[in-house]
Amino acid sequence: MSYIAKSPWVIHYDGSSCNGCDIEVLACLTPMYDVERFGIINTGNPKHADVFLVTGSVNEQNKDVVKQIYEQMPEPKVVVAVGICACSGGVFKQCYNIMGGVDTVIPVDVYVPGCAARPEAIIDGVVKGLAVLQEKRDKMVKGIDAPAEAPETKAETSGEEEKADQAEKTEEGGKTDE
Amino acid sequence: MAKRTIIPFGPQHPVLPEPVHLDLVIEDETVVEAIPSIGFIHRGLEKLVEKRDYTQMVYVIERICGICSFGHGWGAAASIEGAMNVKVPERAEYLRTILHELSRLHSHLLWLGLLADAFGFESLFNHCWRVRETILDILEKTTGGRVIFSICKVGGLNKDIDNDTLKEIVETLKELKPQIKELTDVFLEDDSVKNRMVGVGVLTKADAEALCAVGPVARGSGVFQDMRMTNSHGVYDKLDFEPVIETAGDCYARCKVRIGEVFQSIELITKAVGQIPDGPVSVAVKGNVEGEYITRMEQPRGEAFYYAKGANSKFLQRMRVRTPTNMNIPALVKTLEGCDLADVPILILTIDPCISCTER
Amino acid sequence: MSERVDVKQNFTPVEVSQLLTKVKNLKSDGYRFAQACATVVDDKIEIIYSFDKAHQLTNLRLVISPEEEVESITGDYWPAFIYENEMHDLFGVKFIHMALDYQGNFFKVSEPTPWSPKK
Repeated sequence: MSYIAKSPWVIHYDGSSCNGCDIEVLACLTPMYDVERFGIINTGNPKHADVFLVTGSVNEQNKDVVKQIYEQMPEPKVVVAVGICACSGGVFKQCYNIMGGVDTVIPVDVYVPGCAARPEAIIDGVVKGLAVLQEKRDKMVKGIDAPAEAPETKAETSGEEEKADQAEKTEEGGKTDE
Repeated sequence: MAKRTIIPFGPQHPVLPEPVHLDLVIEDETVVEAIPSIGFIHRGLEKLVEKRDYTQMVYVIERICGICSFGHGWGAAASIEGAMNVKVPERAEYLRTILHELSRLHSHLLWLGLLADAFGFESLFNHCWRVRETILDILEKTTGGRVIFSICKVGGLNKDIDNDTLKEIVETLKELKPQIKELTDVFLEDDSVKNRMVGVGVLTKADAEALCAVGPVARGSGVFQDMRMTNSHGVYDKLDFEPVIETAGDCYARCKVRIGEVFQSIELITKAVGQIPDGPVSVAVKGNVEGEYITRMEQPRGEAFYYAKGANSKFLQRMRVRTPTNMNIPALVKTLEGCDLADVPILILTIDPCISCTER
Repeated sequence: MSERVDVKQNFTPVEVSQLLTKVKNLKSDGYRFAQACATVVDDKIEIIYSFDKAHQLTNLRLVISPEEEVESITGDYWPAFIYENEMHDLFGVKFIHMALDYQGNFFKVSEPTPWSPKK
């Protein structure tokens, strides 16, 4: 039952990154690194995707786009934050229009640091993400077999909401600081 | 009378590696009007001048864009050097020129790949990027980074590249040339590729001048404009540089200009390595920035503009960067009017948009 | 072999009332609009308009107070709409008669006019 981990489809979105990580993500798909040998395909459609690669620290205008893509992806899904900006805001952390990391907007499973993140590191991050994907899938299958565990998934979503709330709070906090 | 429809294009679109949004007003299959909306990558990094001093600012400006990163670092350093009256050693100027041309090579090969991807020629895309990896290997070997280099600083370069390595680079490029030729022949001679580009998105010389287009977009329309013809940066005057100019103004002409520049860059590097003098690669820079200075550079995408202003402090008052895509958006909007919906991705790509540069 | 151009640094001060006439003259002389940018100097805003002709750069320097209205140059140089909208959104400079006015929606920022000298 591990077909998902054997052939995951990725979607990539640039959440206000400098392009450095984006071209490294694309470089992963080309002959030198060639992630297609692992069955990974880059898709443009969030509804086909299992892994969401986000680069950049996410700005005010991008926030809703990132959220929307995340919500359109079918469960189970994994988010990989590529590059130090996506992890924490990096060099742009103090800029006025920056949220400071992807995890302020959507829950992140794997962090890949680096400026720019090297293709090897990105591949490694995606492979780490696959393990998380399999885990999430196993949980889902269990949930379908035993409906008693349904509240658990509910708890998970509320956890996400909580995180989003928290993000909003920190955003407000950031504003009052200034 | 056909009905008008608005098709939203982007921000997340398979052909775009970066987010930009266009509202395409179409009638049947023809675009009547295109309204761009940007701001998806606006970080506000120019405002970091308040928190980073001028030496750190060079590294921040370098991170405006991961494709033209070396040029941005150089532009920022050059404008600060200009304001402080610092004279950079000749060897550093030569090395900067060599690194800048290597960046142009990798940027143009990347663009050729993306163009092939835009008209669905997947294997050509992969081949272009395979060749590009060789350039990245050179850059990694000499600077330590694949896309962000952090080698440029105010007063010169952080490290020297020894003459043996430079000779090796020339050898590698010599081996690479026939491989690139094989690929560019496909772009210039293959019928299916030509069908998508010849006569598509024509920008006349008058329009290019009126819309203030820069770089390969302007040169593809026959405008004589290349910042390497000025003394503002590099040692191009010692390398007998002459810009590549085409007159047709369509997508094919813009592609031809960039392909011409790929081979020109290889020649410029070879020439520069032959002439490079020995000596130090940096001078010590002390004191505060006072005054203002404008530097313009020819980036792979066209003329970039750097303005540094200091008020006798370690912190600059203003560091302004105006990137080539900014100047080419009006030309893009103009060429989109009246084109086929299916040609929109190719038209967007032939201005070689760099959105993270545009919005900063 | 073409001549290299020795680029000079020149900044010509200009008054708000003269701006359009000066820009029109440059346009009829065949200048290309290169960029416009704003800088906050104390409590004033300094706008630099740059024009290029045959690789030589000419700059106009306009100093205004934050409340002052500036006539848009998009009538002569349409591509200037990018810079005017940018200055409007980031610095709060008021432009009138813009050919393409995004009305503050050019950049979506977390706080309005982050560069404004009033802060």
